[in-house]
Amino acid sequence: MSMSPFELHRPDDLLSAVRLLEKYGDDAVLHMGGTELLLLMKLGFAQPGHLIDGKRIADLKRLEVADDRLTIGAGVTHRRIERHRDIAHMMPALVSLEKAVANIRVRNAGTLGGNLCFAEPHSDPATLLAALDATVDLVGPQGGRTLPLREFLIGAFATALAPAEIMTRITVPLPRVGARVGYHRLALKERPTVAAAVVLDDRRCEVWIGALTAKPLPVPEAAAVLASSAGRDVTAAAEATRAAVLAVDAGEGDDYRAQLASVMVRRAVADAQPRLAL
Amino acid sequence: METEFTLNGHAEVVDAPDHELLIDTLRARMRLTGTKRSCDVEICGACTVLRDGQAISACTTLTADVDGADVVTVEGLADGDELHPVQQAFVDHSAAQCGFCTPGMVMSVVALCLEYPDADEERIKEYLSSTLCRCTGYVKIIEAAQQALEQM
Ligand SMILES: Cc1cc2nc3c(=O)[nH]c(=O)nc-3n(C[C@H](O)[C@H](O)[C@H](O)COP(=O)(O)OP(=O)(O)OC[C@H]3O[C@@H](n4cnc5c(N)ncnc54)[C@H](O)[C@@H]3O)c2cc1C
Ligand code: FES
Ligand code: FES
Repeated sequence: MSMSPFELHRPDDLLSAVRLLEKYGDDAVLHMGGTELLLLMKLGFAQPGHLIDGKRIADLKRLEVADDRLTIGAGVTHRRIERHRDIAHMMPALVSLEKAVANIRVRNAGTLGGNLCFAEPHSDPATLLAALDATVDLVGPQGGRTLPLREFLIGAFATALAPAEIMTRITVPLPRVGARVGYHRLALKERPTVAAAVVLDDRRCEVWIGALTAKPLPVPEAAAVLASSAGRDVTAAAEATRAAVLAVDAGEGDDYRAQLASVMVRRAVADAQPRLAL
Repeated sequence: METEFTLNGHAEVVDAPDHELLIDTLRARMRLTGTKRSCDVEICGACTVLRDGQAISACTTLTADVDGADVVTVEGLADGDELHPVQQAFVDHSAAQCGFCTPGMVMSVVALCLEYPDADEERIKEYLSSTLCRCTGYVKIIEAAQQALEQM
């Protein structure tokens, strides 16, 4: 497989990158780890004339851990998150999720921002970060804006990114200390086949199913059951998940997919670990 | 575009088209054919090289993306006739059959030794699960990794 020629640009700052993306329009694409982009190009699915390398933009590589939130630059690699001690301590579910993404080489090159901006339906982080209600910061020709990830993701390979817009960072608000967070996936191939993320807090529970639908699927009925039973009524939550998946899935109408999703919810609850203080 | 990097300890400057892939620079331009191309889609690990000590897939990395980096391929491991401890461990444990995955396996184990010198079996499996072997069944490779970790 070989790629058609392009010109590589290496801006040092965000503004120059946005200007380059604006200048070359549809013929330009942001290049980070390239783990998705270069594959597409090798397969001939994309033939941009200009690659704008974002890896020299220091702003995109910041990673900050605070008591109440993680602030992760869009250019931070999976591997950096996976090996971050404070994140492992506070949010073990995110670290074990990251450890299962792809393989070591893809995690060494691929970025969290690249994963979310590519919006492959089989994304691991999208599901957990949607459950945690993460927000994403975007910067473009018109300035900056912040969107909930739940709104940023529109569908398969579709996001709210406007032309020449760049995701700069992902902010993950952390549930209170003691709340439990769990993620469980089944992967028959490289990427997750089906996954579930749960947040179990007194005041707020979340249940999200990943990889089955074009974007992560919230299951508020299952979340409500868990919230009213202090996280204990897993059987009812699994049943609610099965019903919810069958309802959206009407087209493909597959009991097996609904069954898998309900089992993932059970396992995510079983795997859930308490969020610890920094 | 010119790419300046260190390759197996030597400073190199390569003037290649922007779209050239690292595996082609290594194999076709530098004639270092130890790095293998197999799946070409970042799954198998036959093309594993180290960039600043981290394993990457040379099949899906732009040569331009190693600018300023320290790159090590399987050819850079041995010191003359003296094999690198990881290579020696593969020999000692007969950890290869057809051998096509072996350069990538060796590079993955080198990355493991650099990143987790105290790796336990679970960690070894985590690294090796990133690299595919269709012949050996992995047991010998795990034993080789254990020996290498002890010796390094
Ligand atoms: C073999 C394989 C297995 C995989 N397995 C998994 C898995 O198990 N689970 C999982 O979740 N993922 C998996 N992935 C996906 C992986 O997580 C992504 O490939 C990686 O995170 C993409 O990041 P990147 O920096 O390489 O993106 P790139 O390839 O550089 O970019 C991807 C796309 O996003 C755009 N983009 C990137 N960053 C930004 C930004 N900051 N702002 C705006 N646009 C941007 C680019 O323009 C491009 O269109 C797998 C990938 C491969 C190749
Ligand atoms: S050839 Fe690069 S990972 Fe398979
Ligand atoms: S020895 Fe043949 S593929 Fe591993």
